[in-house]
Amino acid sequence: MNGGQDLGGTDGHGPVMPEPNEPVFHAEWEKRAFALTLAMGMPGGWNIDMGRFVRENRPPGEYLAMSYYQIWFAALEQMSKERGLMADDEIAAGHSLRPPKSVKRILSPADVAKTLHRGGPTERDTNMPAAFRPGDAVRMKNINPPTHTRLPRYVRGHAGVIERVIGCHVFPDSNATGAGENPQWLYTVRFDGRELWGADGDPSVTVSVDAWEPYLLSAG
Amino acid sequence: MAHDDGDRHHHDHGSDLSEMQLRTRALETILLEKGYIDPASIDVLIETYEKKIGPRNGAQVVAKAWVDPTFRQWLFEDGTAAIGSLGFGGRSGNHLVALENTPAVHNMTVCTLCSCYPWAVLGLPPLWYKSAPYRSRAVADPRGVLADFGVTLPKDTEIRVWDSTAELRYLVVPMRPAGTDGWSEEKLAKLVTRDSMIGTGFPKNPGDAS
Repeated sequence: MNGGQDLGGTDGHGPVMPEPNEPVFHAEWEKRAFALTLAMGMPGGWNIDMGRFVRENRPPGEYLAMSYYQIWFAALEQMSKERGLMADDEIAAGHSLRPPKSVKRILSPADVAKTLHRGGPTERDTNMPAAFRPGDAVRMKNINPPTHTRLPRYVRGHAGVIERVIGCHVFPDSNATGAGENPQWLYTVRFDGRELWGADGDPSVTVSVDAWEPYLLSAG
Repeated sequence: MAHDDGDRHHHDHGSDLSEMQLRTRALETILLEKGYIDPASIDVLIETYEKKIGPRNGAQVVAKAWVDPTFRQWLFEDGTAAIGSLGFGGRSGNHLVALENTPAVHNMTVCTLCSCYPWAVLGLPPLWYKSAPYRSRAVADPRGVLADFGVTLPKDTEIRVWDSTAELRYLVVPMRPAGTDGWSEEKLAKLVTRDSMIGTGFPKNPGDAS
């Protein structure tokens, strides 16, 4: 979606402000929001792409005004409600008001380390050959889906070069909508800074994105 | 400047903090009462990312790459396997790519679409990495962003910006500081800063080792 999250190349946000000796979390509630989100992945059953879409799918002004963990928290509430794990009246009451929905598994303390170590690999086997090889000239499609995509606006329509064939990976555009993993070949595509930002762009800069085959057109 | 930002951040979100505290507590209570979470798991998760998984992991990788040419070659050929051999990987680190800084090329990583970051080797991202100023400008004006960090590179140094749009996670391997000949991996690791592994800073100088 062309939402507030797609920030590459936008202006007016001011300078980057590094914080010396920054703590991992800035408030107790951030720790809880973070850990609850990770722990609820198992009983919740959503995938990372669904989670990303729920986080970004809000008015851009709201997205930009919320802190990182406020967005995480809002997404956790929303995904839990959407799946019938809890309801608004329970949030208002601050307590469970009805029996839980049955869930397959919950995250036990003994499983935390194992679960984190396993993570979420996205590479999949495929019989399809990759359409591109390193060095191939490509052009990014101009697509504007209202649903989740990982093709940033600032590279759409632009010409680049395949830097690396990464492998066949879960396609977020499908996975986010519940349409399945639909694995696709994934590539690192490199762009000249001036191709992206025009003649005034810094000639010493190149930018790359990781892009799935359905985002690419041959430009050879 | 950075100090002012800290104040501004806390001020802007000051009223939200107590509200967020209450809302988070309410949500946690509901999830607990429903039996969807085990409270001990929440504690373990927080402790893991506060104490165990952080930039020290990445520093160990970089220091090893500085002293061990075989490991270094493996790291750039297959980052996931080489880093995995040190016990790091998994969540936000299943597919790792190491990027080699040289006198000619400086690498810098960003996630313009959200906040993808190599948790497995750097821990959770700092606030600035997740912020709109960094995510917007890192791809369009990396030299300007580096200036915000007090970093200046020669004009003819190529800057390569890597936007983490998939599940690959990038780790920048900075150049080994001069004057560290014969140093042990442990000692070298202390020079490796978090920002030097994102590409917005350099390792510490040998004289600053502590």
